[in-house]
Amino acid sequence: MDRYPGSEEGERQVSKVSLIVNGKEITADVEDRTLLVHFLRDVADLTATNVGCETTSCGACTVLLDGESVKSCTVLAAQADGREVTTLEGLASESGEMSAVQKAFHEQHGLQCGFCTPGFVMAITSLLAENPNPTEAEVRAGLEGNICRCTGYHNIVKAALAAASANTAEAAK
Amino acid sequence: MSILGTRVIRTEDPRLLTAGGVYVDDLREPELDGAARVTFVRSTIAHARITGIDKTEALAQPGVIAVLTVADMTDFPPPPPAEPIDPDAPPTEGPMPLGGPWSEPLLAVDKVRFVGEPVAIVLTDTRYQGEDAAELVSVDYEPLPAVVTFDDALAGETLLFDGTGSNVSLKRDGAFEEAVFDGCDVIVEGDIVNQRVACLPMEGRAVAASWKDGKLTVWASTQNAQLSRLILTALGLPPDAIRVVAPDVGGGFGAKIGVDREGILVAWAAKHTGRAVRWVESRSENLTAMTQGRGQRHHIKIGGTSDGHIKAYRLDIVQDSGAYARMSGFLPSLTVLMAPGVYDIPNVQAGYKVVMTTSTPIAAYRGAGRPEAAATIERAVDWFAAAAGVDSAVVRKLNFIQKEQFPFVTKMGAPYDTGDYEGALDKVLAAAGYEELRAEQKRRRAAGDVRQLGIGLASYVEITAGDAGAGETAKVEVHDDGTATVYTGSSPHGQGHHTAFAMLVQAELGIPMDKVEVIHGDTDLIPDGVGTYASRSLQLGGSAVHKAAIEVKEEGAKKAASLFEAAEADVVLDAGTGLWHIAGDPDKSLTWAQVAGAAEGGLIVANVRFTADRPTFPFGSQLSLVEVDTETGKVTLLRHVTADDAGPILNPILFEGQRHGGIAQGAAQALVEEILYDADGNPLTSSLADYGAITAAELPSFELLTSETATDVNPLGVKGIGEAGTIGATPAVHNAVIDAVSHLGVRHIDMPTTPERVWTAIQEAKKASAK
Repeated sequence: MDRYPGSEEGERQVSKVSLIVNGKEITADVEDRTLLVHFLRDVADLTATNVGCETTSCGACTVLLDGESVKSCTVLAAQADGREVTTLEGLASESGEMSAVQKAFHEQHGLQCGFCTPGFVMAITSLLAENPNPTEAEVRAGLEGNICRCTGYHNIVKAALAAASANTAEAAK
Repeated sequence: MSILGTRVIRTEDPRLLTAGGVYVDDLREPELDGAARVTFVRSTIAHARITGIDKTEALAQPGVIAVLTVADMTDFPPPPPAEPIDPDAPPTEGPMPLGGPWSEPLLAVDKVRFVGEPVAIVLTDTRYQGEDAAELVSVDYEPLPAVVTFDDALAGETLLFDGTGSNVSLKRDGAFEEAVFDGCDVIVEGDIVNQRVACLPMEGRAVAASWKDGKLTVWASTQNAQLSRLILTALGLPPDAIRVVAPDVGGGFGAKIGVDREGILVAWAAKHTGRAVRWVESRSENLTAMTQGRGQRHHIKIGGTSDGHIKAYRLDIVQDSGAYARMSGFLPSLTVLMAPGVYDIPNVQAGYKVVMTTSTPIAAYRGAGRPEAAATIERAVDWFAAAAGVDSAVVRKLNFIQKEQFPFVTKMGAPYDTGDYEGALDKVLAAAGYEELRAEQKRRRAAGDVRQLGIGLASYVEITAGDAGAGETAKVEVHDDGTATVYTGSSPHGQGHHTAFAMLVQAELGIPMDKVEVIHGDTDLIPDGVGTYASRSLQLGGSAVHKAAIEVKEEGAKKAASLFEAAEADVVLDAGTGLWHIAGDPDKSLTWAQVAGAAEGGLIVANVRFTADRPTFPFGSQLSLVEVDTETGKVTLLRHVTADDAGPILNPILFEGQRHGGIAQGAAQALVEEILYDADGNPLTSSLADYGAITAAELPSFELLTSETATDVNPLGVKGIGEAGTIGATPAVHNAVIDAVSHLGVRHIDMPTTPERVWTAIQEAKKASAK
């Protein structure tokens, strides 16, 4: 893990940042320029969230910030101070049962190398929260900010639609 | 019923979906605790002499451990001396990569040849410190003219390498003779550019290393740990002093075969400083310094008779190598081999020149030389069909190598094993409703609709496991607790080997998949292996697992016979239950745990290296339907229908996944993707904000048809599927776009068929017809 030595360098402005990550409060002194994704990976030691581009283009770093999807490579950790962050590691239930989106990715072969997967799972989780019954066209448009190089998106789109159906069926119970 | 051929969901997934994979940047190995961050100082100029490097200011920055340049590389074994070459007689074949005067240094010595070339290495405590310090390494450059285009390179006014006399590093004489076109009443000639594209695995290159007690451990995002280890012996270490581990790898697509010069340097930095190090490239580094793909310009001539028969085809290739010749001598040789594609053309001539340019080196990218062949012959056939006035589907059928002609050796010497080209095309035409689509196209043309329909066809054949003779290794063990372990030299990075190989073991031994562990990518455990590329893994690696399982079964039969006190010929394994019986007596049974328990050490083990005597040649047909807005040039991909034949399907889920990804990458090249440089050799597409990687919003769901023609080259009857989608989709989509506007007088649009290019082509055709 990279060390963030903080104030002893005396050159970079360092601030205390406190986030609730997957329900757990994590507080650290970090350089002001620390990106949320690096806070999650290097300070919170949650490595599912990946950096794919650094330009908000690929979505591999997508997490939920107060329930809404953001690309954590272009959010400062300080901007998330006092807020709730959910990463892939926080989606399964306490008993370890995968969320509907995670299950659908497994059943529909929605992942291959897995690197973009955490970002897609988080983006779709957010998309379905906003629009519980999207059409295929709405799913495709909603995923424009996430890049996958393995799956051709075919099974990711299927997984999103399957998760929507599963959520609807669950809600009808 | 065998598990083979069934839709088994992946065993790899639960971990990737709940905790995320463990890629190089995620490794928390104790050896990497406190590892220094590696940041490369890279050339900002395409072509220049280095007149000085000042690292003083960088060294004074917080957290900086070292700044290393070529001057520090004194603990490296000297490179082999450069061999003099005759500039008038460039070699026609050469090693890969090219050595001699074309050699690629590890860190720039006195010259840089592309923007992004590594010049110095900065080691820091943290990643942000590395970026700060690298900015402050001052490199003095004396700029030289850039060599950017094919024509710049061929002109040779500026040479990349002193003493070579030319920028042509390799060539193959095409033996072009005009006489082969005698008697052709339809002849079409033209240029087709197969543009340079990014390989773009979502995880870029990443390497970590530690040096301890005379042993170097390297974790690399690679398609083959064993080849990486061989490459790393360049450090002057014997192979057994090096351990290479491939953890989870976030995609490769050909660009992670072995390790690049940066990987060697990262390993060296660990050995040189004694400190563990880790390098994870940024996307800008990835888009400027990871090898790129394609980059060929073709001049073609195709001739035949007006009834649609093709008599002669010529392909003259210029391969852009980029600044160094890593695999660029190999790529066009594959394009030449596959030049005539699926057609029985009496005369085929093909040759190439490989040229050096001041740009990122080009190497393998999904298909590596074969997509270029398919893209051009399929455009050429459409040109020929249009000139002859015959429907392009009809021209394809008239000229296909026929089913009964296999095995078939082409004019270029490729030994095609199996094929049913017409069968695959018929399936696609029927499923797509070809006649109805043509009728709708005719209606829109007659009505002068703004949105015109384009129907693109591509029939392709490709070569997979081209290095079949290198084979692949497998070790299968059955333990006395009834579980099995597979050690494979193959090296997945998304393909699903763990699922596929466990299925093979269950099918043969009856040990359920959840009791079969598959291990890959660790040279301490698997010193001998080849890796994953060229669509080789199932046919070679899978066949090795299959054969090793059979050997384990044979050994198991001996042990079972002895336990039953029966003759070996009388014991049988029920592959459905994994229980051993005496034939005809199902009541008495032994488990694998009991049988393995009777073996020495409680273990039955088989080691296999499977080699094939020939490659395989998967084939298929694809149909693409696009809509082109003739007022804006915008292309919308509406449907993509494919029949891709790679023999018997082990797991349809994995098979379809490979096709989906391949189709998307093929469509991406046809529609949107291109690496661009300005006239001074500066990259214009060095971030994902600039490089137009295709997204879900630009693609439809794909329509996949089944076609299974077994090969006799390996015991599973299988061929490769990793690259087929790309090879077929590029020309199918490309042909569709041009077909949509061909009635307006557009004959060709080079890829990518962006709105600007399509609109411009329409305007030019209008102007030409107004004259």
